[in-house]
Amino acid sequence: MRQSKLTLAAGYAALLLISAMFIIPFVWLLRSSLMDLSQIFTMPPEWIPKPFHWDNFHRALTIVPFGTFFTNTLIIVVSVLVGTVVTSSIAAFGFSRIQWKGRDTVFGILMSSMMLPAAVTLIPSFLGWKMLGLYDTYYPLIVPAYFGGGIFNIFLLRQFYLTIPRDFDEAAFVDGATYFQIYMRIIMPLSRSVLIVVALFSFLGSWNDFMGPLIYVKSDSLFTLALGLQMFQGTYTAQWDLLMAASAAVVLPCVIVFLIGQRYFLEGITLTGLKG
Amino acid sequence: MRKGLFYGLLFTSPAILGFIIFTLGPMIASLVLSMTDYNVFKEQTAFVGIDNYSKLFSGEDELFYKSLGITFYFVILRVPAVIIISFVIALLLNLNVRGRAIFRTIIYLPSIVPAVASAMIWMWLLNPDLGLVNSMLKWLHLPTSNWFYSEGSVIPSVVLTTLWGIGGTVVIFLAGLSGIPKQYYEAIDVDGGGWYSKLRHITIPMVTPTIFFNTIMTIIGSFQVFNEAYILTQGGPNNQSLFYVFYLWRTGFRDTEMGYASAMAWVLFIIILFFTFIVFKTSKSWVHYEGGERT
Repeated sequence: MRQSKLTLAAGYAALLLISAMFIIPFVWLLRSSLMDLSQIFTMPPEWIPKPFHWDNFHRALTIVPFGTFFTNTLIIVVSVLVGTVVTSSIAAFGFSRIQWKGRDTVFGILMSSMMLPAAVTLIPSFLGWKMLGLYDTYYPLIVPAYFGGGIFNIFLLRQFYLTIPRDFDEAAFVDGATYFQIYMRIIMPLSRSVLIVVALFSFLGSWNDFMGPLIYVKSDSLFTLALGLQMFQGTYTAQWDLLMAASAAVVLPCVIVFLIGQRYFLEGITLTGLKG
Repeated sequence: MRKGLFYGLLFTSPAILGFIIFTLGPMIASLVLSMTDYNVFKEQTAFVGIDNYSKLFSGEDELFYKSLGITFYFVILRVPAVIIISFVIALLLNLNVRGRAIFRTIIYLPSIVPAVASAMIWMWLLNPDLGLVNSMLKWLHLPTSNWFYSEGSVIPSVVLTTLWGIGGTVVIFLAGLSGIPKQYYEAIDVDGGGWYSKLRHITIPMVTPTIFFNTIMTIIGSFQVFNEAYILTQGGPNNQSLFYVFYLWRTGFRDTEMGYASAMAWVLFIIILFFTFIVFKTSKSWVHYEGGERT
């Protein structure tokens, strides 16, 4: 396809401008997290901290027990991730590599739940967990991940499994393999990259989850980073140096995980189908 | 293979059970709850039929209509903004320029920032007295704004905040764009058409399925906005950002009127279904599927 030099130059300029707009909030976050309050409030604003107040991070992360919040978040994130990857791939296998009557109808019904607002199931789920005596524990946040791991992930994996040639399974059947062996020995090894995508989505989903912990967790000692940050904001309203340091500390792990996994990530979003 | 059904159900059983336990069951329970006056702190719960619903629509609860109106306003502002801006960014990213991958990463990155952190960043950027945005506007001799702190600007400000996280939609558009066969453009080159006729006659028609998908997902998401309301504004100032789901949460969890809040949840569900249905209905006239049928 031909693209004129002028189009390219204009496009390039526009991309630079847009990227600047997307990245400035990060720069502002970082710069504020490393300044003392007097420099933060200087007008016109300064961009380079002078000197660099690395101790903001230490202060922000020790005033409130962010170490505990970090561990708590990690416990939830890892437990959810394991459940999601295992059960969504098993389910996706059953919805794509096994022929059975009513399969696509059942899948369609499950897919339709994506339109259901979380608000509808929120209150009964809350009451149910409370009745089981599991309010103020992590069970309500973790257990659902072991039952399919979310329809979106099943959908993503199913899309991928449908592209693997049938012959592989047929050949294995001839050799006397069971469905479970096909899943473990053929499908799983082939779907490494898409499983990484599901793991990444799951990581970000539970790392960023706010409403879940807000509703199910009451004790400060069980707070996640998201809740902790929100509480911090309520207490240290105008301490922008500490607020920004704490925010930066919560954002950083996400950014690192994303940058490591981004190759798979963008592949995965492409996989959501939309072949038209 | 007769055993197909057995194994099919075996493999899918966690997902099916999950659907029954965590979606279908609560859905039915929610419908039942919505017809009671259930309140955690009340001794007795009575079946009240459709009373909650008639109370909602009778106008007795002014905040219901108010939160509905605010949410509609937000959806109407946000959905076109998200679709148009992310489509334009995707078009730019689809150009054959150097550093595409870096631009793409930069634009996607904000969408993975936790809602609480992103709210914190924007609260600071849009701080009326000390924020970066107002000082830039002052420097450019443009009018400043009170952003989250004034009744007129709070909703557009929240829309602006959420536009930072547009990356996911952009990437889905990119996927749609990359699926357009190159030959189509070459045909226009042969005919001597420019970028406008390419956009008008090939790109836009070919990417309508993606526009359709993104529109539906954005509508569903926009109606359910909660985090921003909770963290940024707590519904203020003067209830001007009392988003529907925030009001629902407040009714159900702070005021513990769970029966009434369940009715609110069902009203939201019907509204979302209705709009999704409308978009689906109109899609026949504007969504173009290669080969006529959806795959």
